Amino acid sequence: MTKTFAQLGFPGRLIAVEGLDGSGKSTQIYLLKRWLEQEGLKVFFSEWNSSELVKSATSKAKKRELLSPTTFSLIHATDFADRYERQLVPLLRAGYVVLCDRYIFTAFARDTVRGCPSNWVRGIYDFAALPDLTFFFRADLEISLNRILDGRPQLKYFEAGMDLRLSTDPYESFRIFQGRILEQYLAMSGEFNFLIIDANQPIEVQQNVVRDLIVNRIELNDFRRDRTLKVS
Amino acid sequence: MVKKAVKKSKPFAFSRIVVPRPNERRFYGHGIPGVDASKLRGKLIVVEGCDGSGRSTQIQMLVEWLESGGHATTQVGLKRSALVSEELNLAQNGNTLSHTTLSLFYATDFADQLENVIFPGLKAGRMVLADRYIYTLMARDLVRGNDLDWLQNIYGMALIPDAVFYLDVSAEERVQRNFAKDFALDYWESGMDLGLSREMFDSFLKYQAMVEKEFKRLHKTYGFSIVDGNRSAQAIFQELRSKTQAVLAGR
Repeated sequence: MTKTFAQLGFPGRLIAVEGLDGSGKSTQIYLLKRWLEQEGLKVFFSEWNSSELVKSATSKAKKRELLSPTTFSLIHATDFADRYERQLVPLLRAGYVVLCDRYIFTAFARDTVRGCPSNWVRGIYDFAALPDLTFFFRADLEISLNRILDGRPQLKYFEAGMDLRLSTDPYESFRIFQGRILEQYLAMSGEFNFLIIDANQPIEVQQNVVRDLIVNRIELNDFRRDRTLKVS
Repeated sequence: MVKKAVKKSKPFAFSRIVVPRPNERRFYGHGIPGVDASKLRGKLIVVEGCDGSGRSTQIQMLVEWLESGGHATTQVGLKRSALVSEELNLAQNGNTLSHTTLSLFYATDFADQLENVIFPGLKAGRMVLADRYIYTLMARDLVRGNDLDWLQNIYGMALIPDAVFYLDVSAEERVQRNFAKDFALDYWESGMDLGLSREMFDSFLKYQAMVEKEFKRLHKTYGFSIVDGNRSAQAIFQELRSKTQAVLAGR
């Protein structure tokens, strides 16, 4: 689909954050959520790969390293569809501000790097509308890598892209894999109007930029809890 | 030692096994990354048809005939993947998933079997018999309002089979077969999720007619080999056998 929720006439708005693992995007969207909740807005937060039912299949498959690029792609699409149809769409119909930690662009980038044809992946997600705002947190590859490597001693198999056989060393594999994903993100950045945030800056500086962009682009007063639902 | 002259009995005769002739292999669309279709030497034979059309009986008969004729077989079907079959069953029993989700879940199941059962089987030169294929998945989804283009993109990963036998059986006959089997109609096979009728019997007939209509539509694109299934199992098998022989001969 090539339309945003606003363009489709939804009363709600969807804000997505994208970026590499370790780019700090989850911290930023968390701070965003706290702020909007504090302001008394109707907010919902949704995370990539979190639908209950699909999660059990995904985590089992990941543990046993059962996934091929194709099934990896399809199982994540299933997870996304479940959240999209059962939560995102109904909440957006009800006038919520929905915050998504990763959206379809994560799949576009990762699955393509894994070798799935780009048209095929995009076609699968064709049922999903585009976010009203997409923030892309762009950090230097080294900084993202260090954030991940400092926090966790061990890299997970698929996270490190070990299935691609880029290197037998998980750290080296992760490095190459993340570099390729970054290329994919940057290549689609213009097409999907990413708002690029310099993720090398302090957390507070980034959050200021994000809040600024939001208040300039979304009429937040429309999303107060005490407002009655506008019938559009 | 002096060898005793053994009286020779007539040698046990067997008819020479037909070595299948390879055909050019193609995918419907993009295929699967990294899979070379030309290495898939065996034959993929699909038996399609609505619920109660006698597919599994025919597959059993084909397997017996093929194996006794010297061909190794592998069977696949829907919802049998190691990856998600368990979760798919849970989802269906709880009836909690919406259309796109269920559709993608089935696609995942299909892809897993394609990569882990069908491809290895064909690579090893086996006869792979599929109890349903992408057509059933597509027909069901089309009835539920999914877009044909969307489905064709997803199933562009599928290999084009060497033969697709569609068992054409009237809905009335299929109801009778279902009852003869376990005296009950299945919730999903009756399309109860669609709210067509509160009565299961009516819903079954309505739903099955809708699925059949979609199969007819898909036939125009995919060209099934339509087999009259309103006959005895033996009569149907005769036809499937001669058609399968043609497949083995590379025709």
